[in-house]
Order: sequence, then C-alpha cells, then structure tokens
Amino acid sequence: MADASAKQVLFEPIFSNNPIALQILGICSALAVTTSMNVTLVMCMAVIAVTAFSNLAVSLVRAQIPGSIRIIVQMTIIASLVIVVDQILKAYAYEISKQLSVFVGLIITNCIVMGRAEGFAMKNGPWLSFLDGVGNGLGYSVLLIFVAFFRELLGAGSLFGISLMPVVNEGGWYVPNGLLLLPPSAFFIIGLAIWGLRTWKPEQVEEPDYKMSRHTAKEAF
Amino acid sequence: MAKAKETVSRTLIVALVLSIVFSVVVSTAAVSLRPAQIKNQNLDIKTNILAAAGMLQEGAGADEIEEEFSRFDVRLLDLDSGDYVEPSEVGVEDPMKYDMYKAASDPAMSTDIPSSEDKAGIKRRPNVAKIYTLSENGELKRVVLPVHGYGLWSTLYGFVSLKGDANTIEGLGFYAHAETPGLGGEVDNPRWKGQWVGKEVYGDKMEEPQIRLVKGGVSADAANKEHKVDALSGATLTSRGVEQLVNYWMSDRGYAPFLKKLREGEV
Repeated sequence: MADASAKQVLFEPIFSNNPIALQILGICSALAVTTSMNVTLVMCMAVIAVTAFSNLAVSLVRAQIPGSIRIIVQMTIIASLVIVVDQILKAYAYEISKQLSVFVGLIITNCIVMGRAEGFAMKNGPWLSFLDGVGNGLGYSVLLIFVAFFRELLGAGSLFGISLMPVVNEGGWYVPNGLLLLPPSAFFIIGLAIWGLRTWKPEQVEEPDYKMSRHTAKEAF
Repeated sequence: MAKAKETVSRTLIVALVLSIVFSVVVSTAAVSLRPAQIKNQNLDIKTNILAAAGMLQEGAGADEIEEEFSRFDVRLLDLDSGDYVEPSEVGVEDPMKYDMYKAASDPAMSTDIPSSEDKAGIKRRPNVAKIYTLSENGELKRVVLPVHGYGLWSTLYGFVSLKGDANTIEGLGFYAHAETPGLGGEVDNPRWKGQWVGKEVYGDKMEEPQIRLVKGGVSADAANKEHKVDALSGATLTSRGVEQLVNYWMSDRGYAPFLKKLREGEV
C-alpha cells in the first residue's frame, strides 16, 4: 500500500473498494440521513472533511504517537474535527444542521473515519493520507447519494426539495411510498446496490465461508 | 527511536500536547462561531412564530424576518391568573431570554399536572408562558401562543396563532417533532395546516375548547364544522395528540384565563 499512486488512493474507494459496499462500514448514518438529498449532501461534505483532515492530522503526527495510546490519540483528533464541523454547520447551515441533529456528532463513531486513520494514515505520508480520506469520503458519498436519490424521489416525490412527482397529499397524483422514508428502506437499497456492484465487479464477491457437505445420512422411513 | 516512543513520560507528553492543541482548536471554533449560532437560533424561533401566524413570506431573508417580527410584543404570562408578569419576576431582563420549556422542569417555576388532567401528556407545566402579541393602533390583532404535547413518538412543539377575538385560529405550526415521516409527519404539510385557518376554538358560550380532528374530512354541511379539522390519514395517534394538546392549552389549565380577559378587554 505504501507505494500506491495518488490517483489510485483517491479513486479506488469509490467503486473498487467502497467503504459502505465492500467494507460495510458507516451503515448507521447511511440509514439515518438519506431521506433527502440536501441533508445527505451536507452530511457527505462533513464526512469528507472529517476523514480527509483526520487522516492528514494523524499522518502528520504518526511518528510521534506512542503505540499504547494511538487509538485514543486518533479519537481525540477525530472528535475535535467533528465538533469543529458541527459548530460550522450550526453557524452557517442551521436548517440542515437541525435535521442532521445528532448524526453530525456521530461521525466520531463512523467506522470509516477511524478505520482509515488506523489502517492507512498511520502508515502513509500526509498527502497520500489526505487523498485517501477524500477518496473514502467520496466512496461513502456516492453510495449515500445513490440511496438518498431513491428515497427522496420515491418517498417524497421530490429531489433537493423540488417536487418532481406531485404527491396526493398536496393535490398531485403520486402516492408516496412511506416505507422509503423509514430507515429500513436504506438497507434494501444498499443491499441492491451491493448486488449490482458485485455483479459488475465479480472480484468483490467473497468466498463462501463454508460449503454444504453432501447429504449422506440415510433417511429414516 | 521505536523504543524511546514507548516510554511513560513520552506517552504523557504526547497526550498532554495533543489535548492542549485540540482544546485550543475546539474552543476557538466554539467561541468564534457562537454569535452566528445564537443569531441562527433566534432567527429560527422568529421564523416559526411568523410561520404559525401566517405572516411568513416565501423566501424571506433574515432582515425581512427580523423586521416582520419586530412588530410583535413579547409578553410573559402567568397562566393561572391570565395576567402579564414582569420579566424580573422570572429572573430575566429581556422577556425573549425566558425559556418556558426549561422552566417546566424547574419545580419552583412549574406545577405538576395531575394525570387525570394531563391530556397533552406533558406531566409538568410552567407557571409562566412566553407569548407574542401583535397590536395595531392600540388594538390587539393577533396573539401567538406556544403549545406542546405528546403525539405518537415524540413531543410536538409548536405555536397556535389566534385573531384578536381570542377565538378564531389564524394558523398553527409545529417546529419540532419526530412523528412518522409521511404519516404523522404530515403535520408539517401546508395544505393540512391551511385547514386550521378560520376554525374557532370555543363554542358560543366560550367555555370549553371544542377542537376536533375528525376522520374522512369535514364537509361543508357538517355540524359544528367551525371546530372540526380533517385528521391526518394513517396517523390516528398523532392526530389525537394534536387535538388533545390544542384543547389542553386552550383550556382553563392553559391559556383560557388569559384569553377570557382578552375578550373582556381586561388585559
């Protein structure tokens, strides 16, 4: 990994090594913040900023971090960045920060951030780590935007809050699918996305953990 | 090098330096962004009040909202007696700074609601409420009253705006709730909220609040249609919650003593 090119580091996580679809990290927020495109985009930007800068910061001090407290150190860096992002959102995007509510704070526990800090930034230079953070943030974003697209379009008949299919409640013709506004629907969409991605890139399909052995016992009769 | 990194003193120094650096970063962000955040919060409350009063222009900017809101007077109201109280009595200088929801959890500033009367499901009620009145040429035009109560999943917080007759509803809106999106969440639907306009809270004798949320819509020839609003489809419990909370807050336990004085011109 140490000799990976910048381009690879930046673009691999988007499809080939997507944090949500392949690593199955960060599912929690993918369920919670994908009911509308606006909110999702802001969440994505917040996550990209946090992964990129936490990777950068961890990478800069990686030679100084004692092994015994490295996880706590990463946590401190990530938590501080998340608080800063949360404060900025509250100051400049108040409406959206209200909708994101607790989920901005929960970026701290987003496995992607921590996973990249520990898995990549501890071993690589600052620039590559920064790109890796941006790349993983983008990978997360691509999937989130995909999920949000379907959830908002079919659940509320709109995109970015602009009504495309006027819903019955507002005098239109479209009967919105309420399930898509509830968190479980994100599971279905993520599941379908993973299926699609693995059909396109079969190398992502995992080896089965075990094989059913042939049925040999004689049936009682 | 690898060995020197692992000593106890080294670990402590790294931890200390890191903590200091990041506490500076976090506090700088918090302190420098605070004014903008407070401005946002205040603007948000004012926007909600204007929205409930039906006075919010589409796409109004911050300045327009401030200007429109400045026409309102912020008053503190003793709920039991229905009289205004001075801000100093609840320990604030500016009535805008009084938080009635915080007061509701302070035993000295609130009362327990016996469960038989607790239709809104809120358990405690502040003694003093913060209301907003709009007068033109000395005549009261609108009064915006904060209301809250339990729906299905969450407490709904909102405002009811009444006309100067202290009976006719001019608008209603909830700014915080966590009802089911698409079902109970439709309390935010402008078309649904639009139905409330012109409804009357009290009957002819102005006694008990009469608001009902009914299934199947309100036809033009329905009896008492001035008190009836179409319930939200698929959201029986949220609808019931809204009905109960409006009736609770308009009852003697809520704003009725004040509204009565208002009608009789005593306030």
